[in-house]
Amino acid sequence: MLLLKGGNKEDKGAVEGTATWALTDRIGLAICWGLGLLFCAIAVAIVVYLLVQGIKFLRPEMLWTPAAAGFSEGETGGFSDALFGTLIVAVMGISLALPTGIAIAVWLVECGRPAPLARLTEMTIEAIAGIPSIVLALFGTVIFSSTALGFLSRSSEGVVFGRSFFAAGTMLSLVALPLIVASVREGLNSIPRHVREASYAVGKTKAATTRRILLPTCRPQVATGAMLGLGRIIGDTAIIVVLLGATQNFAPVEGVGFPMNYLRGAGTTLTNFVYEASPTGNLNQPQKAYAAAFVLLLMVLALNAAVDVVHRRARKVGTWSH
Amino acid sequence: MEEQFPQEYGPKWSDQRVERMLGVLVCGVVGLLLALIVTVFVRAWPSFSHNGLAWFGPGGNVDDQLNAIFLSGQNGLEYVYTFHGWPLIWSTILITGGAVLISLFCALFVAVFIVEFAPEWMSNVLQPVIRFLASVPSVIYGLIGVVVLVPFIGNHLVTEPQKASVAGVISLTGYSLMAATLVLTVMIAPLMVSIFSDGLRAVKPGWLEGSLALGVNRWRTTWKIGVRSARPAIVAGTVLATARAIGEAVMLAMISGSVGFAPNPADGLIFIYEPSRPLAPTIVKNIDQLSSPPANATLFAIAAVLLFSAATFSITGYFARRAMQKYGTA
Repeated sequence: MLLLKGGNKEDKGAVEGTATWALTDRIGLAICWGLGLLFCAIAVAIVVYLLVQGIKFLRPEMLWTPAAAGFSEGETGGFSDALFGTLIVAVMGISLALPTGIAIAVWLVECGRPAPLARLTEMTIEAIAGIPSIVLALFGTVIFSSTALGFLSRSSEGVVFGRSFFAAGTMLSLVALPLIVASVREGLNSIPRHVREASYAVGKTKAATTRRILLPTCRPQVATGAMLGLGRIIGDTAIIVVLLGATQNFAPVEGVGFPMNYLRGAGTTLTNFVYEASPTGNLNQPQKAYAAAFVLLLMVLALNAAVDVVHRRARKVGTWSH
Repeated sequence: MEEQFPQEYGPKWSDQRVERMLGVLVCGVVGLLLALIVTVFVRAWPSFSHNGLAWFGPGGNVDDQLNAIFLSGQNGLEYVYTFHGWPLIWSTILITGGAVLISLFCALFVAVFIVEFAPEWMSNVLQPVIRFLASVPSVIYGLIGVVVLVPFIGNHLVTEPQKASVAGVISLTGYSLMAATLVLTVMIAPLMVSIFSDGLRAVKPGWLEGSLALGVNRWRTTWKIGVRSARPAIVAGTVLATARAIGEAVMLAMISGSVGFAPNPADGLIFIYEPSRPLAPTIVKNIDQLSSPPANATLFAIAAVLLFSAATFSITGYFARRAMQKYGTA
């Protein structure tokens, strides 16, 4: 491929120009350029549109005012509950998914016996990645409405409501899991054998090698996986709509200590707020929807930038140059 | 450090123990997936067993049927399960199929462009753009669809005579197949581009060089040798994107029109302006009916259909990618 690209400047002359190509080939290349520019244009349009609308409608006080009932958009407060809800869900989801994902990836790469179980696990991860989040959400309503898990949500007279931050966070961790597993596996696979052998040779156990050498080495991939997963978690709407209760405010459970009463209660996130506040939703407050969507987009852009920084730094350090 | 060692990595952290612990965790995740599959199908069974294959067929108005199912459970009457899901399935097929076809075309060209033909600055711009488009939350696509694309289609593309011609059946407001398909295309194309370009990068340089040495130009070399050897990646990307498209719920709930109506291509081109509602958004829209047992069974039946088709597609993608590894192009 290096040859085709003309790896360095002097080679450029050696790359064939398009002058001798048949007309159809040149039309094809034109389509390539057109579509490439079209994708750039779409991305720019999305960012600029939301930036303009966000600047127009976002008021700083929206970030710390909870939503309220009212007749006009001036009376309905902001979306602080949604913002905090997004943060809570992100922390819960990632703190469940990250250890599990790392453990599964380590098992697949470092142990992987018996082989049929390893293949089954790979297929399971692949299947979880493919399961629509709305199906995960419906499954969540079944698990978390069971009386055994009543302590994770609101329950009255034996009937478990089954909608809470615990329910949503747990199901969202499944959404992030495949991304983390894939990323960590890639990292572990890229570490050459001799590194492990050197560690075994000085008498370290496999567990110690993994913890002290392998995982620290693939820290960039772990970070990448975590951030990709985080992006998926804060962007998911279906699970939130189903498992966090149809409300625009925190609904803490009475008679429970501080952090648990909120976590066991219903709530909302930015995605849910945008969904409900859009012209097709129940609230129909497009201005607030723009403002919340703008905040959400800023989060996504920040995560993207962070992934880029991690990638670039990892490439600069260059983990294993043979 | 040395003193901590026996304590930290002694029998408590021996390899066998750690491996067994990780193994238990892995089995737990596999078990969770099995539990999910079993639960969804068990819950869905009443709906399937009452309707048989007619579940998938046409007949009557789906929205009325869903309503009757819900009310029968709510009012303590005898449960009604009659459900003919064809309009929802047809809408899923049209929207997903359309989006996958368009994005297959676009993604192939863009991937070829990124890997082979784009100048360095252009591919440095294009790659973050693709990653960004893949990470925008679906609800933002939905919002932009609702406030930009839908009014545009409703006000500028659909003509008054067209609206009048179907006025008795359905109203054309811009919430349409076309809007849903276009936005879905933008959502799934980035996924395809990233898998396609991984596949194209992995083609053995020698094969391409051989073709170039025979005097075939770069364009034809790329398509005849590069794209053809990357076929497993193309299959994998297409199939995974299809699975994603089938499961997309929220964005489609916002802009597909939310009417249980089967757009008919026999009506002529006007059918792309007609509203409909695929399977996944139907669950989102009727989620507050879960408390009614027959409605619960019907929604789980829809989920079972989604689960089955999405799982089939992603397992196919898994095997396509394994084939890719076998031929050494990944």
